[in-house]
Amino acid sequence: MDDVEKAGVGRNQAPGEGQDRSRPVLELRGIVKRFPGVLANDHISLKLYPGEILALLGENGAGKTTLMNILYGLLPPDEGTVMVRGEPVRFSSPADAIEKGIGMVHQHFMLVPVMTVAENVMLGEEKVHHRFFLDRAGVSEAIRKISERYGLAVDPQAYVQDLPVGIQQRVEIIKLLYRQADILILDEPTAALTPQEVHELFGILKGLAAAGHSLIFITHKLKEALELADRIVVLRRGQVVGETEAARADEATLARMMVGRDVELVVQKPVARPGEPVLTVEDLWVEGEHGEPAVRGVSLEVRSGEIVGIAGVQGNGQTEFMEALVGLRPSRAGRVMLLGRPVTGLSPRQVLEAGVGYIPEDRQRDGLILPFAIEDNLVLDTYYHPPLSRRGWLDRRAIRQRAEKLAQAFDIRTASLGLPVRTLSGGNQQKVIVARELSRSIRLILALQPTRGLDVGSIEYIHQRIVEAREAGAGVLFVSTELDEILALSDRIVVFYRGRIVGTLEAAAADREQLGLLMAGATGTGGVAA
Amino acid sequence: MSLPAWADQGERVEPRPFARAPTRGSRPPAPVVVSFLVILVIVLGFLRTSPGGEALFGLAGSGGAELVVLGPLSVPVNPALYGFFLLTAVMGLAYAGGRLEAGGLVLGVAFLSLVGAFLVWATAGQSLNLMGMLQATLVRAVPILLAALSGVMCERSGVVNIAIEGMMLGAAFTGVVAASATGNLLVGLVGAVATGALLALVHAVLSIGYRVDQIVSGTVINIFATGVTSYLSARFLQHMAWLNASGTFPDVVVPGLSRLPLIGPLLFRGNFFFYLAIALVAGLHVLLFRTRFGLRVRAVGEHPRAADTLGVNVWRIRYVSVILGGMIAGLGGAYFTLGSVGRFDELMTAGRGFIGLAAMIFGKWTPAGAFGASLLFGFADSLQTKLQILGTPIPPEFLLMAPYVATIIVVSGIVGRATPPAADGQPYEKG
Repeated sequence: MDDVEKAGVGRNQAPGEGQDRSRPVLELRGIVKRFPGVLANDHISLKLYPGEILALLGENGAGKTTLMNILYGLLPPDEGTVMVRGEPVRFSSPADAIEKGIGMVHQHFMLVPVMTVAENVMLGEEKVHHRFFLDRAGVSEAIRKISERYGLAVDPQAYVQDLPVGIQQRVEIIKLLYRQADILILDEPTAALTPQEVHELFGILKGLAAAGHSLIFITHKLKEALELADRIVVLRRGQVVGETEAARADEATLARMMVGRDVELVVQKPVARPGEPVLTVEDLWVEGEHGEPAVRGVSLEVRSGEIVGIAGVQGNGQTEFMEALVGLRPSRAGRVMLLGRPVTGLSPRQVLEAGVGYIPEDRQRDGLILPFAIEDNLVLDTYYHPPLSRRGWLDRRAIRQRAEKLAQAFDIRTASLGLPVRTLSGGNQQKVIVARELSRSIRLILALQPTRGLDVGSIEYIHQRIVEAREAGAGVLFVSTELDEILALSDRIVVFYRGRIVGTLEAAAADREQLGLLMAGATGTGGVAA
Repeated sequence: MSLPAWADQGERVEPRPFARAPTRGSRPPAPVVVSFLVILVIVLGFLRTSPGGEALFGLAGSGGAELVVLGPLSVPVNPALYGFFLLTAVMGLAYAGGRLEAGGLVLGVAFLSLVGAFLVWATAGQSLNLMGMLQATLVRAVPILLAALSGVMCERSGVVNIAIEGMMLGAAFTGVVAASATGNLLVGLVGAVATGALLALVHAVLSIGYRVDQIVSGTVINIFATGVTSYLSARFLQHMAWLNASGTFPDVVVPGLSRLPLIGPLLFRGNFFFYLAIALVAGLHVLLFRTRFGLRVRAVGEHPRAADTLGVNVWRIRYVSVILGGMIAGLGGAYFTLGSVGRFDELMTAGRGFIGLAAMIFGKWTPAGAFGASLLFGFADSLQTKLQILGTPIPPEFLLMAPYVATIIVVSGIVGRATPPAADGQPYEKG
């Protein structure tokens, strides 16, 4: 077909060549996968035809990623058959899947940050000269050819750690094309991208499909499935619950299939009545993990009885900002006032006791002590006060009583409060954190991605609790990378881009287009008339 | 296209560079400044206590085999000390004034002038065989370098190996026994390498196969090697002296070049293991950074899951790397017996395996860096023996601390942070 195919290594069949469009290039028959206590895949069957884009839609925990890991040879299926081009195959490692022309872009990028693009691309399929020595020039040349053909511009000599996320995504796709993959699996590829980068990515993916590649696109976002796919398969609790042509589907039907009931995507809340300021931030500067400027002079105010949402693509300083507010990260400069009192330099415990509830981004790493009992996790911020302890001795009975009250009030479902918190589902784990943080007398809630990775039921529940806290007079400042959540929950929206606020808007007047442009830093780009 | 009015609420000014941001702490890292001040004070101390006169530094190799035998270099003590003091002060001022970005370089020059000042001060009125000291530096760097290279090989693949000390001790033992029994030094060398490989295999099976904590596994091997060699040595070698007399590899002498003055005795005449180690530095560098296998080793040490998704067998790469590392440690062990004294003594490795790990960190997990770091440690080692001969008032144990202090400075990240491979020490599990 052209020299890209010849330049590559491995299989030599060009995608789209000599293929019958009505015969599936890939077929799954009755795939079953069990994990302890969970049936992750329950007799899943699906077909992928040449040159089509198939969206695999489902909530977190529906079994999408497990299915794709089976298809890619990372997990063995307990039952069922995988057929590639009509032949049954059995993969014991990704190497076997790659051999059959299957490539996967993982949800978390599989790139080595300290290596160059060329090294990352060739890893596992190295071009060599004199039998042993890496042929970097040859690989760079192959990458350039792929870049030109599919519009995936990237410098082969650049180090991956210096590249923005959108470009890293391209490197992942180039990795597959370099291996001559014609069945491409993309697992939630838009999670870390700006709306503009998503648009660009979709253009590339459509081009690939037009060139004869077959794509499986895994997502939980209805809009993306509708925009990109030819056909949509919906998974729920490990089963295929629906299949439809994208052209004939709409959001409401898909949402109902995905969740299993009618979904109210809008949060019901009364009009906000902001009172006095509870949080005032003036010109705050915070360093990131490697000493880089992560937050660069942010000023904002949160009043009691209002919800302020921080929008922005992941990694634009939101996390560092919130961690600095709660005292987990030192600030380099600026002032933070809580209820009119300066709290800069206070320890996290002092900040919390001043009336702050904090919901961290990574609940398993920062929010809970996984091997500890549920009841202990519920009192992590109060165990040292009477009646829970006296003179340094814990009162187990008082702790149990308090935990029981909270579990009931916050609908935490478990067989026993003495079990490790690790045994709970993601939604219930998050409820433990919310119960703990909202049960103290608080004036301000600081929440990072409060509903990330949760099922729709838990999301609704947590949103409701946050609105209740607002009605009770607390101020709320939360971070989310999901535009839907920002628009649904906020009274006021600020947009972070590269550590600064690039826009503040009333939620009622905001729309996705505006937010998308701001999240991409539209005000920072030159040549735009004011 | 123009943006609506709401877009204007963001600031339009260019972001301030962070260096100009209002700061709380002082900008030049305090430890660097303190180091400069300490060095200046010490050099000043030398000046105040200097007896003056001249210091003689011998530059000839032993035996006078060079074409031109150089006489000793005579250095006037006080002017030299003033020179070193000024050099340090200028470097410090340049750094504080922000003219020199590279804190490491500046501090390195200051440190060298401290060493120079110290040598001049200690030798005042006497003579020091400088050539002999430099030769000893190279030889004493050898076991440290081999240990460090062993560590580089293992840790680049993501496996921490603190068992290098034990591997060297075991290899030193089998090396001398095999060589004595067969009367062939090469057989001894092979035996030592095989011992290193075998102990490394144990470490690999435990830490990669069974995912035992790598520190625990390494400690077990160290204790095992110490116990077994001490027992066997006491039980057998004491009575059967013929099993513990291997002789040593003869010095390598490059014909012609070894007769050049200065570099001849230093670089072209010396211990067999020194040249072996130099070859390994080059070989390991090529292996790690220029070959397919090396790329996979580094990938597995940084992001094993990424390598796995590309069809690289993470476990196999780690097994091979750890065993290769064990073989290098085996060579290091052979140096103690077959390269140095020709007999085994209990605990004769004396912590060189651990110092090698420090050299690996100091050398930022690269073969060339490990070489440089080993030279520093070797220099400190030989300095201390020479100073005992000169009879300075400073206790030699105190001088021995210098390389460790340097390591602490480096590891604490003052002079450019050393970053280990991202997956170093983490067992890899699928799924």
